[in-house]
Amino acid sequence: MSTNDTHDAAGHEIDGHTGVSTTGHVWDGIKELNNPLPRWWLWTFYITIVWAIGYAFAYPSIPLLNGATTGFLGWHSRTAVVESMDDLQVSRGALMQKLANTPLDQIESQPELLAFARAAGSAAFANNCAPCHGSGAQGSPGYPNLNANRWLWGGKLDQIYQTIAHGARSGDDKGHQGEMPAFGKTGLLTAPQIEQVSNYVRSLSGLKTESPAEVTAGAKVFADNCAPCHGANGKGNISMGSANLTTKVWLYGSDLTTIENGVNNGHGGVMPYWEGRLDPTTIKALAVYVHTLGGGQ
Amino acid sequence: MTIPNASVKPVLETGQDDVIEGPLYAAGKRIFPQAAHGLFRKIKWAILVLTLGVYYGLPFLRWDRGPGEPNQAVLVDLAHRRFYFFFIEIWPQELYYVAGLLILAALILFLMNAVAGRVWCGYLCPQTVWTDLFYAVERLVEGDSRRQRQRQVEGWTFNNILHTAYKHTIWLLIAWWTGGAWVLYFADAPTLVHKLATFQAPLVDWVAIGILTLTTYLLAGHMREQVCIYMCPWPRIQAALTDEDALNVTYRYDRGEPRISLKAGLAARSLGQLAGDCVDCNQCVAVCPTGVDIRHGSQLGCIQCGLCIDACDAVMQKVDRPHGLIAYDNENNIKRRQAGLPSVRRIVRPRTILYTIAIVLIGSTMLTRLVTRPTGGITVAHDRNPLYVTTADGTVRNAYTVQIVNEQSVPRNLQLTITGLDNAKVQVIGVDGHGPIFPFQVEGDNTRDLRVTITGPASAPAHAQIPIQFNVTDPENKTQMTATDNFKTP
Repeated sequence: MSTNDTHDAAGHEIDGHTGVSTTGHVWDGIKELNNPLPRWWLWTFYITIVWAIGYAFAYPSIPLLNGATTGFLGWHSRTAVVESMDDLQVSRGALMQKLANTPLDQIESQPELLAFARAAGSAAFANNCAPCHGSGAQGSPGYPNLNANRWLWGGKLDQIYQTIAHGARSGDDKGHQGEMPAFGKTGLLTAPQIEQVSNYVRSLSGLKTESPAEVTAGAKVFADNCAPCHGANGKGNISMGSANLTTKVWLYGSDLTTIENGVNNGHGGVMPYWEGRLDPTTIKALAVYVHTLGGGQ
Repeated sequence: MTIPNASVKPVLETGQDDVIEGPLYAAGKRIFPQAAHGLFRKIKWAILVLTLGVYYGLPFLRWDRGPGEPNQAVLVDLAHRRFYFFFIEIWPQELYYVAGLLILAALILFLMNAVAGRVWCGYLCPQTVWTDLFYAVERLVEGDSRRQRQRQVEGWTFNNILHTAYKHTIWLLIAWWTGGAWVLYFADAPTLVHKLATFQAPLVDWVAIGILTLTTYLLAGHMREQVCIYMCPWPRIQAALTDEDALNVTYRYDRGEPRISLKAGLAARSLGQLAGDCVDCNQCVAVCPTGVDIRHGSQLGCIQCGLCIDACDAVMQKVDRPHGLIAYDNENNIKRRQAGLPSVRRIVRPRTILYTIAIVLIGSTMLTRLVTRPTGGITVAHDRNPLYVTTADGTVRNAYTVQIVNEQSVPRNLQLTITGLDNAKVQVIGVDGHGPIFPFQVEGDNTRDLRVTITGPASAPAHAQIPIQFNVTDPENKTQMTATDNFKTP
């Protein structure tokens, strides 16, 4: 509170410290000085109002029951997205074209094209493949780890392309067929036989078994029932997608119960076909991406 | 100290009923600053010529960087994400240099403020420089401040309309040139000038020129001191930063008060009575570009351009009194002189020392880094998901993305080797061979990502994290870049 406040000729209070008139507003003894804003500030404010009104007519603004007013400029967020997607296609165009025209096996030796294919493949993978195979293609029980170098349907570029394009047990005529039969359920093998053959399968990759007798018995069961698909030495066959049972990589798991379950109930996981859903260039990029994860052959 | 709002005083109309509220908005009061002559005016002219010369001329300066590189000394190449500044080339990942420059600029601003107040505002700020130029044009076309006032009283006579149109034309030309110079920093200047002259320049250039023409014309021609008083945050910041030892443009009221006319002052002095040196001629106010009265003390509206010092010194010369009634001084010294003590200039004090140390430290660090930085770079990103893969034969594989940067303008043939893990099987996708040396090429002014997989030996320990080195060697000059990462096992 100023002790030396005065009043001007018209009777307005003048603050003693500053010589500035007050507005007469007082809050808890604190008086508001009348330091007015410049007039241009006011005009700027008016201009923003005029601008807002113009904007409201030019662009979609007022919500209606179905949609909103359209605005005379005809701008629409959806058209804007389409336009920027088109721009993206144009800016990608040259490399996309090059990727489409380059044979699969010649992409990886061209640094720029490889980088582009990997980037495009990585994006397509995250959008389409990651839900099953995992964000890093690390897989999970039943869904192959694509980083490993054990391939049910082949790990060469063209084999990977084929699997992505047409899938496995996907309903596509060109897709991979063949499945692991349910030996137990269908009565082809008895429970002891299943236990024996499972022990034998574990022995193929050096895993611990219950007893040598089980393994010996299992070997005979294997030769009679499994060898036609998995091969006499258990190394599998990519033409029918039968697993190589001699590796350290297991699609469903390597413990005895899991293997017994598999023999009893069979396996028939589905890899969907992507031809028709993804364009051939994207599938190409995906094949390169998967191939370069580290396990490609 | 008075409230920093001397230029815009509310005008209360008398005889109004509802006057207690006062006007909420004040009409702008046009300022007609008189031309000043003297030392500070000369300094201001010199700085104006220098800074504007640099601004308008710099894009045309050439700098040879070798084949395939732009030869413009200062160039912001947005399309290719490169910033060129003489011998320095900044890539997007090195943008921290710009952050360092901004920190340096802020500290220099603080130091200037601690030494001599608003040096930036008074002499260097673009707003001040361009406003000064626009005032000069105004005086050139419409005459001195007295003539300008006359014209305002005369109203829209033919002559006044003509001169006003003339003035605005020159203003717009300067503003347009200012906008034009701006876009030249973003493309090859001579080429762009040619394109602009033949109307082939891209639309974005015209829009940028248009916006900058408008802002220059508005800010320097019309807004002027309003920018400093209402729009700029720096006056507020510097008001918080300043201290009683900083030299500011100061009216030495210990010498000037009581104000008295020349004749009365002579008479008073002969009688041994107290008479100040200020003859209340108002010249300090007349020359002020922001319209403040420096005799009210330091205030927000004062940009400390020193023109009132020039004006006052000229008057002191005429009335045969010593110079420096208004001078770079501070409140401390006034109090000291009033107490009979000599003035002091404490430029070296903790805050100036601290600012200087910080400036030297940051500046030298940045310079050292700039001079010694490699023209290439290597970074390694270990695949995070999965961290490791067990392969069919039970060995463990890790995958990495190795990025090699080549900031030189020519392609480089380099060699990658990996050390730290014995008997490992290394594969570089897209590069032939099985090692241990993987030769590859990086295009000039480019980067290359190499996808590297390392399969450890069967003997690799479990749960291990083995440090490995990625070495990139240039066989030509034997330089080597190394990045370290880990090989992990389950």
